Amino acid sequence: MDIALLIEKVILISVVLGISLVTAMYTTLAERKIAGFLQDRYGPNRAGPFGILQPLADGVKLFTKEEIIPREANRFLFVLGPSLAMLMACVGTAVIPWGEELEIGGRTVSLQIADVNIGILYIFGVVALGVYGIMIGGWASNNKYSLLSAIRAASQNISYEISLGLSLIALLMVTGTLSLGEIVEQQRGFNWNIWYQPLGFILFLTCSFAETNRNPFDLVECETELVGGYHTEYSSMKLGFFLFAEYINIFVASAVMSTLYFGGYNFPGMDALAQAGVSQNWITLIGVGAMFVKVLLFIFFFIWVRWTVPRFRYDQLMKLGWNIMIPLAIANIVITGVVIWLTGN
Amino acid sequence: MEKLENISLTGRKKVLEKKPMNFLERIYLPSIVQGLAITFKHLFKKKATIQYPEQRREFSVNFRGIHSLKRDEEGRERCTACGLCALSCPAEAITMIADERKPGEEHLYREEKYAAVYEINMLRCIFCGFCEEACPKQAIYLDGDIAPADVDRKNFIYGKDKLLEPLLK
Repeated sequence: MDIALLIEKVILISVVLGISLVTAMYTTLAERKIAGFLQDRYGPNRAGPFGILQPLADGVKLFTKEEIIPREANRFLFVLGPSLAMLMACVGTAVIPWGEELEIGGRTVSLQIADVNIGILYIFGVVALGVYGIMIGGWASNNKYSLLSAIRAASQNISYEISLGLSLIALLMVTGTLSLGEIVEQQRGFNWNIWYQPLGFILFLTCSFAETNRNPFDLVECETELVGGYHTEYSSMKLGFFLFAEYINIFVASAVMSTLYFGGYNFPGMDALAQAGVSQNWITLIGVGAMFVKVLLFIFFFIWVRWTVPRFRYDQLMKLGWNIMIPLAIANIVITGVVIWLTGN
Repeated sequence: MEKLENISLTGRKKVLEKKPMNFLERIYLPSIVQGLAITFKHLFKKKATIQYPEQRREFSVNFRGIHSLKRDEEGRERCTACGLCALSCPAEAITMIADERKPGEEHLYREEKYAAVYEINMLRCIFCGFCEEACPKQAIYLDGDIAPADVDRKNFIYGKDKLLEPLLK
């Protein structure tokens, strides 16, 4: 491995990490702003113009709050919980292709940190590990509400991971590869997977809501029943980590959905631009922009749904997961298989 | 004879049938899309917020705010420390100490007796306006602003320094 590659990757990793953290930071503001607008209010608008300094103020507040660890809590696990949640939220961005190649001084730089040939499985695994942060945090708090919340998180994630996986299988049958890089390349131009897998996309979207513990599936932190859920006992920046991890998860989930179903960095008319003689670097940059527009739209959608749909009851959640989502996902696989067989490839 | 549960004396009775949800209802999607459309419309609606410190809502004409002790047209205090306001106060928020007017103070106090100390505890006051009604000298009116917030209880006891109407000249 040459040193230039190492530097290139380190820069890329820092940039991606920085962007995902900043996006998550401003998602907290966007959440409050959009919540306000949907309820005919303005949302926070006092810190800086339009409240753009609000996330900084929140961060400073969380950092300077008193740090409390309950006496009966398991101290090691209590600290491990939020750290794990944060770590698992961040590593998901590693396999997402943010753009095509850039040419800088004769070097071609791929805008994907690691093109693992099992990218989807990696994402799947990281998402599944994310629930460990919640479980460990909930267990270590030594609080019955936290524990209940942790149990809910585990069972909810298991039930929805099945239909998540099944909806992905139908997608894999269409694409024939597990590598995210290749999946995006196949969707060149406007040939997006959403046209082939609409039902699969809706299933995947619903499961993403469940996996990120967002409304209408936020039974994990269900304030009306569980005080604060798994982070009842948490204060200061450890609480901040949990909340922040949720927003990073939303960012990653949005990126994954854009990549898998909405063509990632592809945008309609990119081939026409190439023929018109626009240099590849510009097309790549526009592609990165397109990717981020898609991600931001998904984040908006996540927030929009949160402030529209009320929370499901726990038995409704389970019924929806097992009685509706899984049969639909299997039906989707069968339909996809029949269509592939009929069209002959 | 008609069955009891079918009788509607008001004519407004609606019999609701509890049907099991059909497939479209069970997958929730149509109603979720409907709800999303409703909330999306609200993004562009006019906001109900009044940006408080910069923008203020108009008070009604009979709004009761902070009290003020009035002066007469020659700038003399009207209050004669009769204590009727304190007597009428249901929250016992008003206390006063009366004093006699000395010769040479006629330009300060209208009556021979005046309130040397006049205090209203704004934490107790319920802004009912009974003091205003009880006053025979038209010396107290609740025509001020909202009582401002503070971090110290002591500062909520308003003395004459805060209550007395300033001299016009």
